[in-house]
Amino acid sequence: MLHRFGVVVAASTAVLIFAGGLVTSTGSGLSVPDWPTTYGWNMFTFPIDKWVGGIYYEHSHRLIASGVGVLILVLAAWLWRAEPRRWVRRLGYAALAAVVTQGILGGITVLWFLPDPISIAHAGLAQLVFCLTVAIALVTSRGWKRGSTLDDGPLRTVSVATTALIYVQILLGATMRHTGAGLAIPDFPLAFGQLVPPVWTGPIAIHFAHRVGALVVAVFVLATVAHVLSHHRGRPELKRPALLLAAGLVVQITLGALTVLSGKEYIINSLHVVTGALLLVTSLVLALRAHRSRFAADVETVRVAA
Amino acid sequence: MTRLGPLLSAVFVASVLTVACGGGSQESAAPPPPAPTENPVDPATAGNVTGRVAFAGTPPKPALLRMDSDPNCAGEGGSATEESVVVGDGGALRNVFVYVKDGLGSLRFPIPSTPVLLDQKGCRYIPHVLGAQVGQTVEVLNSDPTLHNVHAVPGSNDEFNTGQPLPGMKHTHRFSVSEVMVPFKCDVHPWMRAYVGVLDHPFFAVTGPDGSFTLSGLPPGTYTIEAWHETLGRQTQTVTVAAKETADVMFSFAPAS
Repeated sequence: MLHRFGVVVAASTAVLIFAGGLVTSTGSGLSVPDWPTTYGWNMFTFPIDKWVGGIYYEHSHRLIASGVGVLILVLAAWLWRAEPRRWVRRLGYAALAAVVTQGILGGITVLWFLPDPISIAHAGLAQLVFCLTVAIALVTSRGWKRGSTLDDGPLRTVSVATTALIYVQILLGATMRHTGAGLAIPDFPLAFGQLVPPVWTGPIAIHFAHRVGALVVAVFVLATVAHVLSHHRGRPELKRPALLLAAGLVVQITLGALTVLSGKEYIINSLHVVTGALLLVTSLVLALRAHRSRFAADVETVRVAA
Repeated sequence: MTRLGPLLSAVFVASVLTVACGGGSQESAAPPPPAPTENPVDPATAGNVTGRVAFAGTPPKPALLRMDSDPNCAGEGGSATEESVVVGDGGALRNVFVYVKDGLGSLRFPIPSTPVLLDQKGCRYIPHVLGAQVGQTVEVLNSDPTLHNVHAVPGSNDEFNTGQPLPGMKHTHRFSVSEVMVPFKCDVHPWMRAYVGVLDHPFFAVTGPDGSFTLSGLPPGTYTIEAWHETLGRQTQTVTVAAKETADVMFSFAPAS
């Protein structure tokens, strides 16, 4: 039951990230100038007939965020009451602290007119909240508690490296997004008709770094997938996320290209944001499963508690 | 109890920070700088600069504004068109801010007691371009049956963003330093744009439908006159104004190639 609730919380967090993507993609971040109120109303009583223009996106994002905040609060309390493993309880506390901090960052960035560092931190922390909720859902699952005999050092290394690189790539994307560099290079796959931009400005450098980052991530994702398919083809708990990772990579690069070619159409742009987050947590799940044997004590702890 | 500690701490910190960071948009108004009460220009010798601003070439066809994200605006605006380049008969270029950029020396001028009005009507800013003096009250009025946020994005003055959820609400603001121009926008309705030229003297004008402008009451002297347009850029000309004379200046803007 706790695991299922964890899955619901994680899925809600993905929805929240998509809603946040819509806010920036539509340029609606400052359409509600006050926080935590909404045009002077308590945000929960703001009349629905006033959800117009950019307010629709920004206010929806705030309400979904509030809902996710409550869900994570319940999750943390549930873990505190029912979870025998201390480190898992701590994951719950960390998720709660992160989502509260995330809400405050969201408020500050509105009140301070979207300063880039705060907005980028808001985007980066959102991914960590998502990672924490997914990790909680994973480690409370029956499959995790059954344990694993897997001992594959190279897989541990490459999966962690891939996860870390995807996160760095997401931070680069957030920097590009919030500094308005999303169309600094207007063509794709070339840059101003060349492999390397013929001119360099700050926005062009940020944009190009995100493209190079995509290539690096692609190499590591493919290395991870190839390793899983060649050494662990018979282990569905590794094969499934690996294949998902490969498919997600194709979708994500396509969305990135379409974002540029469509002039940042807001749905495509927002799907690019949330697909990046899904790639991150898929890689995280694979990395955690690759490390499962390191949590051997869990099995014993859980059994004793049961 | 040892389990309870971290959870309660997190909730407590969250509560404290949420309260500490609470609040809403506030009206921001810089205190007006001290200014003389009398005009230093001798009306017996004052002259004028008049002129016209033209658009060179074929005027672009104004695009229709899509206001359907807010039904209140779709009803109000109807067939409104965007205002980035508005060209009238004979190539007259509207919404050009023309002002004395240089030549007034150390002269200081009184701040008008009457406010300038920036109205929000039909989900547009009216006027699209206007001028105000440093310290003069700028009133931003919501005449629409919908809500707006008034978001000024200056480079030198203080940025502000305030909500006007109800019709008839008015926000007042005084700018503290000269700045040409201060963009205004509404993030609820992203097509809404206005530009306010802020100067420490009264010698500015905005071209009307016939592209003409007049800067009146200038002391005799040689001035740099600048014409600013939101998409076509800036141009300057030097002009000499003799006592009780009117000098003519013509500007011509071409679209960027």
